[in-house]
Amino acid sequence: MITRREFIKICMSTAVSLSLTDQLIPLVGQAYAEKKALKPPVIWLELGSCTGNSVSLENAFNPSFEQLLTDMLDLRYHWLLAAEQGDASVQVMLDTIEQEQGNFWLVVEGSVMTAENGRYNEIFRRNGQLITGLAAIQEFAPKAKYVIAVGDCACFGGPSAAHPNPAGAKGVWDVIKTPVINIPGCPAHPDWMTGTFGHLLLYGLPELDSYHRPVMFFGKTIHDLCQRRQQFEDGIFAKYPGDQGCLYKVGCKGPVTHADCPIRQWNHYINWPVKAGSPCIGCASPQFPDGLMPFYNHLPDIQTPAVAMNIKKLGESLAILGTGAVATHLAAGIFARRIQKNYIKGTKPHEPTPPENLEQVKQELDDLIRRQNALMTEAKKLESSKPVHKKRFIKRVTDFLHTEDKSGDDSQ
Amino acid sequence: MTIKTIFPMTRIHEPMKVDVDIQNGKVVNAWIGATLFRGFEAMMKGRDPRDAALFTQRICGICSTAHAVTAAMALQQAYRVEPPPNGKHLINLIFAADMIQNHLRHFYLLAFFDYVKGPDMAPYMPRLKGDYRLPQKVNEQLMAHYKESILMAARAHEMLAIFGAKVPMAQTIMITGVTERASSEKIVAYAAILKEISNWVTNVYLSDVMTLADYYKDYYHIGIGYGNMISFGLFTQPITGAYEFTPGIIVNRGLVSKLDLSKVGEESRYSWYRDEQQSRSPMEGQTIPDRDKEDAYSWVKAPRYGGQCFEGGPLARGWINGDYRRGVSVMDRIVARALETQKVCRLAEEWLQQLTPDGPTIQPFTPPQDGDGAGLTDAMRGPLGHWISIRQGKLQHYQIVTPTTWNFSPRDAHGIRGPVEEALIGTPVANPDSLIEVGRVIRSYDPCFTCAVHLLDAPEDKLVLI
Repeated sequence: MITRREFIKICMSTAVSLSLTDQLIPLVGQAYAEKKALKPPVIWLELGSCTGNSVSLENAFNPSFEQLLTDMLDLRYHWLLAAEQGDASVQVMLDTIEQEQGNFWLVVEGSVMTAENGRYNEIFRRNGQLITGLAAIQEFAPKAKYVIAVGDCACFGGPSAAHPNPAGAKGVWDVIKTPVINIPGCPAHPDWMTGTFGHLLLYGLPELDSYHRPVMFFGKTIHDLCQRRQQFEDGIFAKYPGDQGCLYKVGCKGPVTHADCPIRQWNHYINWPVKAGSPCIGCASPQFPDGLMPFYNHLPDIQTPAVAMNIKKLGESLAILGTGAVATHLAAGIFARRIQKNYIKGTKPHEPTPPENLEQVKQELDDLIRRQNALMTEAKKLESSKPVHKKRFIKRVTDFLHTEDKSGDDSQ
Repeated sequence: MTIKTIFPMTRIHEPMKVDVDIQNGKVVNAWIGATLFRGFEAMMKGRDPRDAALFTQRICGICSTAHAVTAAMALQQAYRVEPPPNGKHLINLIFAADMIQNHLRHFYLLAFFDYVKGPDMAPYMPRLKGDYRLPQKVNEQLMAHYKESILMAARAHEMLAIFGAKVPMAQTIMITGVTERASSEKIVAYAAILKEISNWVTNVYLSDVMTLADYYKDYYHIGIGYGNMISFGLFTQPITGAYEFTPGIIVNRGLVSKLDLSKVGEESRYSWYRDEQQSRSPMEGQTIPDRDKEDAYSWVKAPRYGGQCFEGGPLARGWINGDYRRGVSVMDRIVARALETQKVCRLAEEWLQQLTPDGPTIQPFTPPQDGDGAGLTDAMRGPLGHWISIRQGKLQHYQIVTPTTWNFSPRDAHGIRGPVEEALIGTPVANPDSLIEVGRVIRSYDPCFTCAVHLLDAPEDKLVLI
């Protein structure tokens, strides 16, 4: 049995000739044989979605999706695949939930429709009554061992929750109290799903970030891992999509999107958007899509009371500007970010939604101020230090800004 | 009256509820309702038009590129721009790969287990009770092909990703072409996979379909419906603009006639929308959700052409183009889909040869402030249209009519059943508790409600949410 560390290493690197599932299945098989793990019963619920994540998982390669079902999971309910139909297929799900309470995994694809108490999305019938997705999630989640949201819709609302969000779509973690493992992406990469499932099977909960995403896949930004990164550093920018050079100026959201697409690539490691000349649209981001649109416009220049600056220049100008200016901007940003949830310039008249929970905002502000103070201290130390440190500091600042400024253009 | 309900209908995309009235072992009445509402068209309003191809793909995970292609077509018209020939070819190639993937998955993942016994494990167990007629040996052989098919479909998506970057939700399709380059190395890679798939389609997929058809001959007489066919056309040639699959309509298996888009109207009498008007042209659609509306049973509206119901999909395209005119039934739909897959493979091979390696695939353009356009084509399962208007650089109006709304529409104001509701009439039912036969009819259409559940142009000031 390999160690957890080795497992994560496998998940984070993808050999060209091998796929992740290819490496996972023997490991899982071994664990089953040594009785270190049991095949988990899985209930896969599809709510307000497009089935894209299931289709993406079907693209898992060598061994195939079918082997994944045979050798890794015990998929008791998934209406895309169940041979039965209607009440009989639902009965299997209900029996599983009853018999395997505390043991089964609940995988959710698609966002939870909350309008009209969830009646915009009914998903099955029990004793002749129509059950909404909302009700099903709230009932089943507390009984599950793990709740796993796959795809941006299930994680954060995603495209289904785009303004004006007529069906009241929300991410799973917004409607239940049980902890949720979020595997975002529109769709989620099959490796992100199988890798997380594998970790859960063999070692339990993987390390999660503040958005509950497995760090092994979402620990770095697209920008950090990008093949065109050097062109960004050298100031070679594409003039239109499909052109050579860094795609930042034609809308790439790589700097604010955490995912490992550049090294992993898609569909059996064939290609990925930036390699194909198309800017990253940030589909694995919690702010997708509203916060990242228009897709072909570049990230907003950051406006400070003093001057407008873009991310590239930010590091250099920070020292000149003084940290105070940036601080003001950031504090404003936190409110803007909340307002921004269903807002992009032009799609909604100016009627900012008030923050839904003042306590939450306060906490976020406190957190922000604390981090900012740390940055300021470092900035002061830096004044006399070497360029190497400066570079690292600039990186920290940009990282900091990226996390706080995922919003589209609220800063303008 | 014995009403039986299937909810959820499995092995389709998205939730769907079917009620059938069974008398003397036959279906005498049917109601089909979609049970998810998302409202994509309202979301499009006010956005940057250039985002349409990327955003509308998110409507559907199985036919995502169909939406991207259609949105790009609508924008091309609105902006009066065109991709270079290489770009058009690449768009066709991307779309073709997705179509192959869709057809393979429809047969092997969705329709298959209506006829073939899967292994005794979840999710293949429990299985529907009914007449599985294949001898064990044939059954095993088909199951072996099922496993291969999953790899083949994934290979088709791999082929798509060569030019589409990733899939589902390909990312390279833009208004004036494809951002990926057509280098000789990529062309060869695409060709290699295509060769593999195309051999497999001819040798395995087609023969499996024919095997099935042999054992289930009676399904050439089940699921007949109105015999009205519609297609918006599919795959245009870069230079001539000629369609590889021509658009047209057929009424009651008659002659092919030209499509007149002004005859398209949508009704919502039995849909959960409030509307004082009986029928509306797509250009002036209105949508006010009303989940409590009396008698209504679906989120899908009822598109009609000249007041009549029409069926879309591979069978319709087969009839209109003269590729397949054996009949209209469950089995005909399945066979026509397999034959179409073969034709699409052949077309893709031709386009590959017409590509200029390293020639331009995209050209820059300056977005104008205003414009109107319509993108009309066929998706995998029937006619798809995007209608847009752009004012001051933003989308003012966005409207989508999708294939599944044609096939799976509910009744209209005259009480006329939708195409699939009609096709269910007369379906023999051996065991009212199993309804395997009803499932077979429905799945032959390749239903996909992710795209069906939509919202017609909802101006902000008119939209009333309850």
